[in-house]
Amino acid sequence: MKIAVLAVQGAFVEHERMLGQLGIESFEIRQKNDLRQDFDGLILPGGESTVMGKLVRELGLFEPLKEKIAGGLPVLGTCAGLILLAEKLSNDANVYFGTLPVTVKRNAYGRQLGSFYTNAEVRGIGEIPMAFIRAPYIESVGSGAEVIAEVDGNIVGVRYGRQIGVSFHPEVTDSLRLHRYFVELAAAG
Amino acid sequence: MDNERYELNKELAQMLKGGVIMDVTTPEQARVAQEAGACAVMALERIPADIRAAGGVSRMSDPGMIKGIQEAVSIPVMAKCRIGHFAEAQILEAIEIDYIDESEVLSPADDVYHIDKTKFKVPFVCGAKDLGEALRRISEGASMIRTKGEPGTGDIVQAVRHMRKMNQEIARLTSMREDELYDAAKQLQVPYDLVKYVHEKGRLPVVNFAAGGVATPADAALMMQLGAEGVFVGSGIFRSGDPKKRAAAIVKAVTNYKDAKILAELSENLGEAMVGINEQEIQLLMAERGK
Repeated sequence: MKIAVLAVQGAFVEHERMLGQLGIESFEIRQKNDLRQDFDGLILPGGESTVMGKLVRELGLFEPLKEKIAGGLPVLGTCAGLILLAEKLSNDANVYFGTLPVTVKRNAYGRQLGSFYTNAEVRGIGEIPMAFIRAPYIESVGSGAEVIAEVDGNIVGVRYGRQIGVSFHPEVTDSLRLHRYFVELAAAG
Repeated sequence: MDNERYELNKELAQMLKGGVIMDVTTPEQARVAQEAGACAVMALERIPADIRAAGGVSRMSDPGMIKGIQEAVSIPVMAKCRIGHFAEAQILEAIEIDYIDESEVLSPADDVYHIDKTKFKVPFVCGAKDLGEALRRISEGASMIRTKGEPGTGDIVQAVRHMRKMNQEIARLTSMREDELYDAAKQLQVPYDLVKYVHEKGRLPVVNFAAGGVATPADAALMMQLGAEGVFVGSGIFRSGDPKKRAAAIVKAVTNYKDAKILAELSENLGEAMVGINEQEIQLLMAERGK
């Protein structure tokens, strides 16, 4: 079992530490050559989606990763990672991988003063701590996408096949449960 | 500021890691920076090189100008206030800035006290040239640190010196016996708890960026290899021949800072770099402001 973590910008080290604590091997994807090895799952971390989206394209990672995700590679996108997966952004013309049938609103809670923590239920996992940092939320979901988490009436987590997108950061909390859930999904192949 | 807020503020800095924060003076420059891949912009009226050239007292930027930049981009917007000028910081908080830089680039407003940053909800980044300064700023509530370097010079030597110094002091703390940490705290003039944290973890409790003198992709890669978690570029971009290209190249250099082949490609045909000033030619050492 090996999980790749997109490491072009953002909080990728935090995800690697979480995986390490679960005893799961991980490696970083920074350029095309990094895609030569096989992996069982992919994490798209938090960071700035504009930066990550641009670098993914310009470093030649876009097509191969999109192909893998569309082909059923298990993927977990957190915050900016969710934005990279979304089929549509309601307040931004950009679309990146577009493999997850959801409409996402960027910076939906406003600027840094709107950032917050909460605890909420994730379907199939239970209640976990969540950090929302200049976070997006999901405005609507398309057919086949299952809402797995809501906070204050807004959708903050969704699963579609083997893709999981959440608008919060599990990787800066001390709960490993979402990562464990993802690793089990990846292990199920 | 409650502890939760402080944690959230430190975590915002974590999201900026591996990225480049660029100085911009207009909404147009802010858009260029965002398109080039900046992970945040620093809104200011004059870039450090111009502040240096103009002389005189340098203050917080016009909030109207900062708001224009906030409207122009979707990435986080930072702005500078003078060291110790808590009223300027209050104003920046009122316009919901994402990060305040209590900066030695501006003229200090207080030659003894820094801002008590624990009184604010918005996060602060502060400059440091050694571990003592970094931990003092953190104990005052800074949730991100950057090297001071020497702003507006295009000369990397001071940023290198500051980063190496911090790393050496961190390494020294980690190798100490526990009973030696009390004296280390005394020597560094910082709280014992922070010394203990560094001793145990081998790193600062907040994200640490490089700043002050970065002008080329190679400069950025150098700082990343020395342990910076990201890079601020001030005058280096919009003072160069081809800002768009140079900005994009520095962004990519930070992502692939260990790959010399990629760095070589990125460094080709960037046009003229900013004209630098050597350390010996500087009249004013901004890094000496605010210890």
